[in-house]
Amino acid sequence: MTATATAPPTPPGAARPPARRPRSRTANSRTGTSAWTPWLYLLPALAVLGALLVYPVYQLGLISFLEYTQAQVSGGEPTSFRGLANYTALFADPQFRQVLLATVVFAAACVAGTLAVGCALAVLLTRVRALPRLALMLAALGAWATPAVTGSTVWVFLFDADFGPVNRLLGLGDYSWTYGRYSAFALVLLEVVWCSFPFVMVTVYAGIRAVPTEVLEAAALDGASPWRIWRTVTAPLLRPILAVVTIQSVIWDFKVFTQIYVMTNGGGIAGQNLVLNVYAYQQAFASSQYSLGAAIGVVMLLLLLAVTLVYLRLLRRQGEEL
Amino acid sequence: MTAFRIPGVRRPGRLLAETAALLTAVVVAFPLYWMVLSALKPAGEIQSTEPRPWTLSPSLDSFRRVFEQQDFGRYFLNSLLVATAVVLASAVIAFLAATAVTRFRFRFRTTLLVMFLVAQMVPVEALTIPLFFLMRDAGLLNTLGSLVLPHLAFSLPFAIWMLRGFVRAVPEALEEQARIDGASHARFLWTILFPLVLPGLVATSVFSFISTWNDFLFAKSFLISDTSQSTLPMALLVFFKPDENDWGGIMAGSTVMTLPVLVFFVLVQRRLVSGLGGAVKD
Repeated sequence: MTATATAPPTPPGAARPPARRPRSRTANSRTGTSAWTPWLYLLPALAVLGALLVYPVYQLGLISFLEYTQAQVSGGEPTSFRGLANYTALFADPQFRQVLLATVVFAAACVAGTLAVGCALAVLLTRVRALPRLALMLAALGAWATPAVTGSTVWVFLFDADFGPVNRLLGLGDYSWTYGRYSAFALVLLEVVWCSFPFVMVTVYAGIRAVPTEVLEAAALDGASPWRIWRTVTAPLLRPILAVVTIQSVIWDFKVFTQIYVMTNGGGIAGQNLVLNVYAYQQAFASSQYSLGAAIGVVMLLLLLAVTLVYLRLLRRQGEEL
Repeated sequence: MTAFRIPGVRRPGRLLAETAALLTAVVVAFPLYWMVLSALKPAGEIQSTEPRPWTLSPSLDSFRRVFEQQDFGRYFLNSLLVATAVVLASAVIAFLAATAVTRFRFRFRTTLLVMFLVAQMVPVEALTIPLFFLMRDAGLLNTLGSLVLPHLAFSLPFAIWMLRGFVRAVPEALEEQARIDGASHARFLWTILFPLVLPGLVATSVFSFISTWNDFLFAKSFLISDTSQSTLPMALLVFFKPDENDWGGIMAGSTVMTLPVLVFFVLVQRRLVSGLGGAVKD
């Protein structure tokens, strides 16, 4: 994955003869494969990605510069070029600025929560015998496998003001979680962490298992505390894996749509729980403001790319191969 | 799984850790337990303001209601069709592409790899608007194709990226041997390489299956007027009503929607964990 972008020539563990590069090149001419063979293999993938990813990205950018509402879609009025007008309108809109802020804060909280829970439980898994480990693994697998839609419905039901068990358990009476802005966000956050920590836990656990036991034993013999071992031995060895799970979490949590839409009924009371995704959807498909929706999409795209690039740079500065 | 212990951990510490692990397992599994339980509760009991964590008279009424009222079976089949199509197509296409970028040296190889990486970061949801017009122009609105194609495109970059490690792990010597035995490259590809990479394909399939099965936004945006083409997530929302939600129906529908993924997960569990390990190890 990310850590393997430009993998070192001979990564440990990969069974591969050292003289690989020159051999492959000469092999091409002898195996009946021509210089075009790799492109032939890539053709289906490139066709699909070109038509359904690259072209739509271009279209998204284009629409965001146009005047594109129901009138233009139905052909009633000609489409006109508006330049940056959609963007200026967007950033002048206080609701958009609020949604933007909410999205960033909410996604950051989701990422932090997911990583904290996932890593803590991965470490916990290494400390227990087979049976509790299996129990936790299976439970996590169940949460992981649960589709976002059904996870959302179940969590809303758990926290339902009238019929949910959580309020009874906590003695909250008929307190409505989805009514308040922050409690609604908190509820969605819980669901997001619940369904996305298993990926982090399983991946980090696999990573810890791959750390040679001798290294840990040596550290323990030297009298290092478990926390110290984690900080100075395990964590540095895990950094590539942590990079992968962090990036994946950022990507997933910035794009939370289903949970917000289902749990807060389309963005909460008076749109108090809107995030960029849902806001763009509402603008485009509920209000037919396609160009505004597209502009929001572009903002999201740029935001996500920026976050990822900053993170990649940070990793590279730390000496990671990327 | 072999036992792995950090040396020097005292027994009381482990007992504490095991209690914590078991408690966490209970908390994590509870929502799923509550879902199935609520689906099995009779109509009167689910409306109780003092919900009990068990039921004395389980009934299948909610399931019956779901399947009878909402044409649920058809939606289930639609969802399954879309997810299966995406999984199969993306496995084959990603396998070819991963082979190309790992077993061949050619110009723009690194550029392509970086592009596959960047493609994973594109927020799918942001593309709903242009994809809507694309699907409209292609005449695919209200068909299952409008779900298959975008999901195929979005699962490919990740699948290619993940499969690379598996293709690379297959020794080059095998290819040489096959060539000496007179096998063409295409033959080598499908009869030797493909079966060897299958565990990796299973792991990647989990991700494409889930993301497709989960799809809510595209189904909501592209299947607008023809409800016979609807998928499960849409069907579930019918039970949310402005005055009072039919929680029994919602939980029964949710159970039916969760079960196939759960079964799939349990079946490929080992492969998934080792697949993730393999993908992140090198």
